[in-house]
Amino acid sequence: MNVQFAFDPEWMSVLTAPFMVNAVEAGLLISVAAGIMGYFTITRRSTFAAHALAHIGLPGATGAVLLGLPVSMGLGAFALAGALIIGALGKKVSEREIATGTVLAFATGLGLFFARLSSSASQQMQSILFGSILTITDAQIVGFAVFDVVLLLVLAVVYRPLLFSSLDEQVARAKGVPITLMNVLFMAIMAGVITVAVPAVGTLLIFALVVTPAATASMITRSPFAAIVVSCLLCLISIWGGLVISSMFPTPPSFVIVTLSTVMWAIARAAKTKRG
Amino acid sequence: MVLRDAEVRRGGRVIWSRGNFAIPLGTVTAVVGTNGTGKTTLLDAELGLVPTSRGSITVLGRPAGQSNAEIGYVPQSYISGLDSNITARQSVLLGLTGTKFGLHRVTKEEKDRVAQVLRFVGLEHKEDYRLNELSGGLRQRAAIAQALVGEPRLLLLDEPLANLDIASQRSMVELLARLNREWHMSIQIVSHDLNMLLPILTGAIYLLDGHPHYSPMSSVLDSDLLTHLYGTRVEVVTTPQGDMFVTPNRRLEPEGRSQDTHDVHEAAVFHSHDHSHQPDQPRRQEEPQR
Repeated sequence: MNVQFAFDPEWMSVLTAPFMVNAVEAGLLISVAAGIMGYFTITRRSTFAAHALAHIGLPGATGAVLLGLPVSMGLGAFALAGALIIGALGKKVSEREIATGTVLAFATGLGLFFARLSSSASQQMQSILFGSILTITDAQIVGFAVFDVVLLLVLAVVYRPLLFSSLDEQVARAKGVPITLMNVLFMAIMAGVITVAVPAVGTLLIFALVVTPAATASMITRSPFAAIVVSCLLCLISIWGGLVISSMFPTPPSFVIVTLSTVMWAIARAAKTKRG
Repeated sequence: MVLRDAEVRRGGRVIWSRGNFAIPLGTVTAVVGTNGTGKTTLLDAELGLVPTSRGSITVLGRPAGQSNAEIGYVPQSYISGLDSNITARQSVLLGLTGTKFGLHRVTKEEKDRVAQVLRFVGLEHKEDYRLNELSGGLRQRAAIAQALVGEPRLLLLDEPLANLDIASQRSMVELLARLNREWHMSIQIVSHDLNMLLPILTGAIYLLDGHPHYSPMSSVLDSDLLTHLYGTRVEVVTTPQGDMFVTPNRRLEPEGRSQDTHDVHEAAVFHSHDHSHQPDQPRRQEEPQR
């Protein structure tokens, strides 16, 4: 077996190719969405539910290929349906790991079943599971940008009540914050973030992009706003760094993105432990 | 707070019924009862979060749920927010701004108010610690500060002394006493252990045989009532620190055990190596957990 792992001296020309321009733009738009919502996901302790949403989206994605529809549409529809159900059942439910995990496993199996029903879905399975940031289209970029604008507008309205209910649901409810609305809204936005972020790293690696940078940011900042900004930056470093390194060396971008995100988290974690 | 023939159900089951009493303003009331008798449900009913299935509950002159802006609520699970990086100051600020939709600048008045409340609960110089860097007792103070910042007239606390060491329990009770005395705040405290609270209580709501009752403190301190209430032998003894409940269990105690009657300052001398200990030294502040 001959494994090639050589530095590519032509990497600058790879970086300036048109598909790479799309990937760089997508990286920025994905970082904004994932960085912001990652912080709320951690504050709400809904990280497992967020992870599960990506897997619930999987049968939607492979099913869409089966029907000849765009992957994002199927993924988004399934993730949103799952999000609305989990959101309506309340935050407590998203902490029920056994039920969520069971549904997650079933959905992944269903995704595999749909994929086997057609050869084109089978071919796309790999990129749905592990991402394909280099194949992002102009239309997807426009979709991501629209999503980011909507996300920022919605957050401008609900930022404080969402933060309050995320931190302490009981007190926020007693003070009149509409908890069910906040739950459903959070999960619906999360479904959108998943749909936007899956093309970058795939459903299996999404945790490292949506949750890990926000966790790192929380360790090194002391306010929600600072954490959100840093979380977006760390996402961006991971994705752009992944694009640069994977054009220098023959590695899949998803792998490098996830590695960078994990290494930064591990460093912050170690520094925190050392400080005591 | 006035209950008239109040009944509350949860999941079709009657939690308690026939609640008929009125508690005056400016009082400190304990809510007592064994596990599962509906103490937390009583707080939820006062906040209007659980509807009455019969009768009515009036709080601060209005039906339950309509006075919530004037009620500070500190739930039992004040461990929330531990995964977050939020600081004590930001947490308290959310008590003022957390219900506001839309973009707002935090005003200087709001900042001053937060600083004042943090000072009152003894968290000055700890404002910028994250909640997860504070000890249990200090975190509980931050939760109370968040409830106080909206200037409530009634403070509801669910098990504020649980999981605190004795010194933290004692300073928590002192804080509640100051709130009642200086801010004339009405306070209701759900608690398993009444002993720590006895010096400041003016009355108690006790959940007994499926009904909530209210009595002023003098009639609660009755061995027979307490024995019935807790389902185990309870005696009231008078000690130098005041009245106390004890639950004697002669079978478990070794024979000939004498009672230790040292107070805190006397006991502190045992730890002082030079034995020139000043009993009136100010107590050392709690250190934050790192």
